[in-house]
Amino acid sequence: MGKTTRIRVLDAASIDRSLTRIAHEILERNRNLRAIGLVGVQTRGVPLARRLAVRLGAIEGTAPPVGLLDINLYRDDLSRIADHPILRRTEIPFDLDEAVVILVDDVLFTGRTVRAALDALMDLGRPRQIQLAVLVDRGHRELPVRADFVGKNLPTAETERVDVCLTETDGEDEVVIVKAEGGGDAREETRP
Amino acid sequence: MKLSSPHLLGIEPLSPEEITLILDTAEGFSDIAAREIKKVPTLRGKTVVNFFVEPSTRTRSSFELAEKRLSADSLNFSTSTSSLVKGETLLDTLRNLEAMSPDFIVLRHSEAGAPHFLAKHGSTPIVNAGDGAHEHPTQALLDAFTIRRRKERFTGLKVAIVGDILHSRVARSNVYLLTKMGATVVLCGPPTLLPRGLDRLGAGVTHRMEEAIDGADVVMMLRIQHERMLGGFFPTLREYAAFYGLDARRLKRAAKDAIVMHPGPINRGVEIMGDVADGEASVILDQVRSGVAVRMAVLYLLAGGDREAAAQER
Repeated sequence: MGKTTRIRVLDAASIDRSLTRIAHEILERNRNLRAIGLVGVQTRGVPLARRLAVRLGAIEGTAPPVGLLDINLYRDDLSRIADHPILRRTEIPFDLDEAVVILVDDVLFTGRTVRAALDALMDLGRPRQIQLAVLVDRGHRELPVRADFVGKNLPTAETERVDVCLTETDGEDEVVIVKAEGGGDAREETRP
Repeated sequence: MKLSSPHLLGIEPLSPEEITLILDTAEGFSDIAAREIKKVPTLRGKTVVNFFVEPSTRTRSSFELAEKRLSADSLNFSTSTSSLVKGETLLDTLRNLEAMSPDFIVLRHSEAGAPHFLAKHGSTPIVNAGDGAHEHPTQALLDAFTIRRRKERFTGLKVAIVGDILHSRVARSNVYLLTKMGATVVLCGPPTLLPRGLDRLGAGVTHRMEEAIDGADVVMMLRIQHERMLGGFFPTLREYAAFYGLDARRLKRAAKDAIVMHPGPINRGVEIMGDVADGEASVILDQVRSGVAVRMAVLYLLAGGDREAAAQER
């Protein structure tokens, strides 16, 4: 494994502020909170969706339901990776038909995860609308996908990696950029 | 984490971690049957050959459904249509199948070791769907999946397997799996159907059904095949049922929340009485449901592309 350097770009307080702002933006766009359901993409989209639901509940009185979505069966690179990712649960506790779904993920990068998530949602029902909320948009899209709600736009080099750490999954809240030293590709290094 | 072999030939070579990986993965597939669209695009463009050189309806249907739900294309070869009856050797059949470049071959064969032979001489991942009296790994995995869902553990469980142990690949695979995972297994049947040396696999052995069932958490009944009667293994079906049939009275000796399993097809009134098969303790239909999810999990885990490159990296 090569050497890497880590630069923290968001701390706990700024993650918190970003989520609060996204919650307000969601309310501005969607007057009728009752039609809304949040769906977090496994794994780090799930705690983010739960936190957004709490904030929406604090502002409006009732928190929208939160679903979990595993997109691994819909990936387009399954025949290229030897080590298939571990499947996690998909559980949508509300009726997707006619719902307004806010899809929540940690990082928007190539757009391929979002493409897979859209296909997975379509197989589960027919939502009236799907909107996308991400904590970090790091650019380098390979598909025509854009987010409706962005916590932070983060210019990155393609070979860098963006790690979103959350208390629920990693013990603390932070977003770091990982660079490989000597011009290597940090995306090939496994995440600690 | 991934499986260490490109094939699934049996339970014996699997580690407890690999078994847990397959069962955990199957959990992710188990809800697909409840959806409106019972299909995911995971194995789109892959071809699976179901090569069944021994009659089987349920195992083949279960594999076929698993393949279809993963969007793979499947091709069925069975005894009646295969060239084997025309005198082609297994090796020649394998070469012909491989010339059609399948991504998997699912093999059911009456000879033990047939899938190992294909794995050795071919380059296609092989899934053993039952070889002779040797192993039936996906059946043991779906049994384990069903047990784990009800009991949430294997350690400390007592599992009684009753019936024709001699001819049963299901029993053998289950002994391997359950003992690896920390359960205690007791095998039970008439002396003619209980071969010597089974204790070497780590299972207890008894000829008395009461002893096998006493305090058992899981009672697994095996099918008595009528054709075995011709072999003189027991005098009559009625006598067999009297000594080794599972009825409500015998089931009372098992643990209070014991579950009853059977790989099917069941002979009502022979190895299992109708009221037990339809009773609250019976999970026989859960086993069928689990079968599709477990087979999807196996194909998904074996389908990892570029295995050779991954092996070179290590």
